[in-house]
Amino acid sequence: MSVEAKRRTMSLNLGPQHPATHGVLQVVLELDGETVVKATPQIGYLHTGIEKTAESKLYYKVIPMTDRMDYLAPMSNNLGFCLAVEKLLGIEVPEKVKYARVCLTELTRVMSHLVWVGTHALDIGAMSMLLYAFRERELIIDLYEACAGQRMMTTYFRIGGLAYDLPKDFDQKVKEILKKVPEGIKDYERLLNDNKIFRQRTIGVAKISAEDAVSCGLTGPSLRGSGVNYDVRKALPYGGYEKFGFEVPLGKNGDVYDRYLVRMEEMKQSLKIAKQALEGMPEGPHIAHVPGVVLPPKEDVLTKMESLIFHFKLITHGFDAPKGAVYQGIESPKGELGYYISSDGSNKPHRMRVRPPSFVNLSALPRMVEGGMVADVIAAIGSIDIVLGEVDR
Amino acid sequence: MEEKIRKFMQENFSDGIVREDDFRGQQSFYIRKEYLLDVLKGLKEDEDLRFEFLIDICSLDWHGDSEEANGRFEVIYNLFSLKNKYRMFIKVRLEGDNPEIDTACELWMTANWLEREVWDLMGIKFTGHPNLIKIVTPDDLVGHPLRRDFPLTYEVPRFSWNKDDPPEVIL
Repeated sequence: MSVEAKRRTMSLNLGPQHPATHGVLQVVLELDGETVVKATPQIGYLHTGIEKTAESKLYYKVIPMTDRMDYLAPMSNNLGFCLAVEKLLGIEVPEKVKYARVCLTELTRVMSHLVWVGTHALDIGAMSMLLYAFRERELIIDLYEACAGQRMMTTYFRIGGLAYDLPKDFDQKVKEILKKVPEGIKDYERLLNDNKIFRQRTIGVAKISAEDAVSCGLTGPSLRGSGVNYDVRKALPYGGYEKFGFEVPLGKNGDVYDRYLVRMEEMKQSLKIAKQALEGMPEGPHIAHVPGVVLPPKEDVLTKMESLIFHFKLITHGFDAPKGAVYQGIESPKGELGYYISSDGSNKPHRMRVRPPSFVNLSALPRMVEGGMVADVIAAIGSIDIVLGEVDR
Repeated sequence: MEEKIRKFMQENFSDGIVREDDFRGQQSFYIRKEYLLDVLKGLKEDEDLRFEFLIDICSLDWHGDSEEANGRFEVIYNLFSLKNKYRMFIKVRLEGDNPEIDTACELWMTANWLEREVWDLMGIKFTGHPNLIKIVTPDDLVGHPLRRDFPLTYEVPRFSWNKDDPPEVIL
């Protein structure tokens, strides 16, 4: 008997060109009938060497690259990097900046989760969800455009504050979002929560226990779906989050359905935080006054000699950061996004390490799907919410 | 909390500690590489500290930096305690151009991929790792791109085109 005939399993390539893998992810599946015996994710198709590129860039020139990692939540990525550099330099940002950043990153979380709920439901058969979710997402994208002039790659945050002041109709636009998105969420819940097909495809599927989730390093909604209470915003507050009241939704069973419930509840909590941030937003400058690190206002550059010198020096040389290494973790929509920046005292990062939530969460995929059905792999990939730009960097 | 960890480290691993660092309120310990697994295990399993969450493993290359002469590479373990809501760092300096260090795969499943990434991009070997193969760069790329001496200009990146060892066919 030949070797081929003795094999009881069949290998199947899922991806890299497959719409349900949310990018160029390849999973090599070993199948015994319809049961998955072994799953091996293959990544790297989108590796662009962002960590390496950052080593040859001035600090403020790294910010646009961070947008391109998790392109569904650009502002969270900006925030993580800016906070890390601010920590390294020891800069305190104005109160208004803190509120504006919290408001915008929470809306970013809603935006990212809206894409997730749309595509995830599409993957497992609920076609119309995608259109509804993108309808609400458009409102947040419009807000982005009003703030930064860009719809997706915003690069709106700067080291020390924001690139420009908030637009005049910021209040009005956020209020519209706060009014319309909850109505949308209600619709989605009516469509999905008690939907028989959706429940059958998700309940008890791709389960992961709390101990395994911690050991696999899962963070974000994927971890909280298993009932582990770890949210960076609560555990180690950053950027003014200690001032806001919100709850951390937790799941029980650690299956796809619980992760779905956690994300839906998280959207509501995020809108609650955004509302508090909008109401409490104080007046003040949109960027900290730190000569030598933050660009001076354009009027001053044209009229004052000192400002002109600082402007020239910042553009050509940047600023020298003190020697040392800092880590700043934030709660991005996908999980804990961390920036480890090591400085050797020069004007460029000696090493910038990104702790990508999608990469670490994806490494738990074999644990979730092995022993299950091949159709459930799609549900599992959707439920851990990966962005391949961030997985490969 | 800082005091508690300091006391724990001093009591159990006084020979293994090289120095303690406290930059910007981040507590980190530089330890000798022989003590790594014992320290990680001790911190993970201690009833009081419970550093049961390995958030990240990352690496640095101090090639060409005259101030950092004691060991070229640095591996950083980012630990978090769910019980105490506290983050700390364990750092290890490694000598030589082809360094080796023990794997933490037996303590955390997440170490598997994180160590593979460090091996792929920085070329630090984790002894005892069950599956230490490349993860993000192409199979036939020669070298480890995150090293400081990896050529960026003038030289084109070298590829082996798999001439010498064709990749294993997945069955």
